[in-house]
Amino acid sequence: MMLCVENLQKSFDGFKAVAGVSFTIGKGEICSIIGPNGAGKSTVFNLITGHLPIDIGKVIFDGIDISHMPAHKICRMGLGRSFQRINIFPKLTVFENIQVAVLTHRGKSLNLFSPVHDLYTDETEAILENVGLQDFRNHPGGAIAYGFQKQLELGIALANDPKMLLLDEPTAGMSSRETRFTITLIEKIVKEKGLTLLFTEHDMSMVFSISERIFILHQGQLITSGLPDEVRVNPEVQKIYFGETRCS
Amino acid sequence: MSYDLPFITIQILTGLTNAMFIFLIASGLSVIFGVQGIINFAHGSFYMLGAYMTHQCVSLFIHSPHRFWAAVVLAPVVVALFGGLIERFLLRRLYGREELTQLLFTYALVLILGDVIRIFWGIEQFSVSRPPVLKGAVEIFGQFFPKYNIFILIMGPCVAFLFWFFMLRTRWGRMIRAAAQDRETLNALGVNVNRLFTVVFILGTWLAALGGALVAPATSIKPGMDIDVIITAFVVVVIGGLGSFWGTFLGSIIVGIVYSLGILVFPRLSIVFIYVIMILVLIIRPWGLLGRPLTLER
Amino acid sequence: MTKIEKWTVLAILIIIALIPVYGSRFFVFLFTDILIFGLFALSLNLLLGYTGLVSFGHAAYFGIGAYTCALLIKKAGIDFMLSLLAAGLFGAVGALLIGFFCVRLTKIYFAMLTLAFSQIIWAIAFKWNALTGGDNGIMGIDFPPYLDSKVKFFYFVLVVFTTSLIILRTIVNSPFGRVLVAIRENPARTEFIGINVKRFQLLAFIISGFFASVSGGLFCMFNHSVFPSFCNWSMSAEVLIMALLGGIYNFFGPVIGAGLLLYLRMESTSFTAYWPLILGTILCLLLFFFPGGIAGFVQDRFQKWRAAK
Repeated sequence: MMLCVENLQKSFDGFKAVAGVSFTIGKGEICSIIGPNGAGKSTVFNLITGHLPIDIGKVIFDGIDISHMPAHKICRMGLGRSFQRINIFPKLTVFENIQVAVLTHRGKSLNLFSPVHDLYTDETEAILENVGLQDFRNHPGGAIAYGFQKQLELGIALANDPKMLLLDEPTAGMSSRETRFTITLIEKIVKEKGLTLLFTEHDMSMVFSISERIFILHQGQLITSGLPDEVRVNPEVQKIYFGETRCS
Repeated sequence: MSYDLPFITIQILTGLTNAMFIFLIASGLSVIFGVQGIINFAHGSFYMLGAYMTHQCVSLFIHSPHRFWAAVVLAPVVVALFGGLIERFLLRRLYGREELTQLLFTYALVLILGDVIRIFWGIEQFSVSRPPVLKGAVEIFGQFFPKYNIFILIMGPCVAFLFWFFMLRTRWGRMIRAAAQDRETLNALGVNVNRLFTVVFILGTWLAALGGALVAPATSIKPGMDIDVIITAFVVVVIGGLGSFWGTFLGSIIVGIVYSLGILVFPRLSIVFIYVIMILVLIIRPWGLLGRPLTLER
Repeated sequence: MTKIEKWTVLAILIIIALIPVYGSRFFVFLFTDILIFGLFALSLNLLLGYTGLVSFGHAAYFGIGAYTCALLIKKAGIDFMLSLLAAGLFGAVGALLIGFFCVRLTKIYFAMLTLAFSQIIWAIAFKWNALTGGDNGIMGIDFPPYLDSKVKFFYFVLVVFTTSLIILRTIVNSPFGRVLVAIRENPARTEFIGINVKRFQLLAFIISGFFASVSGGLFCMFNHSVFPSFCNWSMSAEVLIMALLGGIYNFFGPVIGAGLLLYLRMESTSFTAYWPLILGTILCLLLFFFPGGIAGFVQDRFQKWRAAK
């Protein structure tokens, strides 16, 4: 059991954004959460990773209760995350973006005296190659194309050597070619490192091509979950998505 | 000096009078921040300019018995329009840049306007005499309280009420409040947000200058009055809540009373009191007593 | 730092070291002032340019350093160098206490709280007559016997400055420094690479406070006196403008800014009383036309020249 979410609830000013969501994900599984806009997918992620305080409910990661841990501690426990909106370090180069995550992971962040330039270059290069950004290592993070920035996001998340990845709309805003490239990349990395993966998406091609299980969220509640083929023909799911995306 | 009821009453009334002055100034500061997200350091400078312009108008109409009232009407308008020009041609160019940039520009204005006033009016102190109808004092519990202060005590809440009415009931007021919440949507709805900002800035400046005009008969008009007032205005606005109108009113009263009573109890530490309250508010409840927590996101 | 930069900085330091030999007393005086304020501006920039925290109350540490040093020398008879070190430590402690509360807030509220705390420090300096001499300040702080001339003091300041420069440069180029920049660029993301952002901001605050206080201690000796105005917000504003003028995204920018501003102030006060007007205009020019400061402008031009080659 990698991730166990129990009765997660969160309200904003009286509006119940997440209304009692529970699910578990096993080690090495690839799962996705789908649902229309406003279903609460990003909120669930933010609750899990400690970016938002939980009202009611529990989150247990790899056997440890992380419900009220601060975000930085949760990250150190082995949970990696990418964000829906690009969340990188614009003025740092691509190399430095990943390097700062690597040296934090290696516990060097409080080192005030070694020159940072030469630290952990090998590990950083390895991650750069893994996400296909080695040609851009000296470009400022803010200056590369959107698709590459998303790859950089993935790279930063991987720098922490996570056991599990939470990816929030990893193919948002991408062309179909970029989407396919990203799906292949993610799948390769996840399989190579034996990571557990939970992602949210609007693009159904990614959802149905690699998910082993799919959770459907609607108005803050988990409507149903199951194997892709089951979900595809589920009448409730079709009702929710009717007019948005036809699952055929 | 005996600290008996009449004396305390007068102290409190004096404190409230000061509170009304500071309220006029702080409300302008608060509305500019609430709508545009800018803390206008130059607000005190516009207050000072209002006082100096009042002196100038009074000197101009020296032969008229109504010169004070003419000045109170004219001076704030002139200063407000000047503020509008600054916003339109200078400050507006900095929208979209970092907040620090806009802040620093208002600080640059403090430096520049302070010296401009010194250049035009020199460093001597001026005073403006009270209008004939408000000269003298009334007796309250055996102590004397200036009639002019009573005028201010009435003016303060009147302005508050007018302002509140304007914000709540008029079309411009509603747009300003909407802009404070979400300027992008307002823009999308076809409202010229830039023009709205100019209006807000003029309004805020007018309030500051009005404060300066009204305070002119009660204090000496001299260089440095801009700095004294802006710090107090900040404290008020922080305590009450940046962007909250009633918070500003409440904050003014708290600061006015604490200061006037504080002088009695700890004469040398009364300034410190105010800062301590400001710090306590920022630590415990950063959005102020009546501010909204969401505004912390700015 | 590239080889060119290293040699340039060394050359400049050597030229500065030779000022007492070739230059007049005026230049010794001016450059002592510049080195002290250069250190002050560098300390502020650790917060501003590197961590992205805008402090409106940095004069508080300058003042704490100046008063600590002055009081230890005058009232406790302690040697200057020890007093200077104590001043730095006191400043660091002050920064720890103040910073602890300030880093819990962001942006404008952070700035307002730093301002409020510095106003309290100013009020204490102004009102606590028995300790600080109130408005009259503390005077008669003479050079110690081993630094009994302006020139000797100049070299002492140069040594302190250069040492601090090296330490700050090392910190900024360390992993810690890189994390600070990450915090500046994106605090939320930095939180989620495993960094306790507030703790790092507080550490930056403390280091910054230490060096600001050291510069305050140097200044009290340079000025032979201390006044409450060392803690007020126009001092905070001036050091902020120095950093911006030089360029906050360049390590040496603040020193350049300090130098230029002090030089301009010296020149203009000799023929006009309206220095605030000039300062305000400089600030406006900076904001409208040179947002990267001088260093930013030079770097920009240099890159364009290189690209055109």
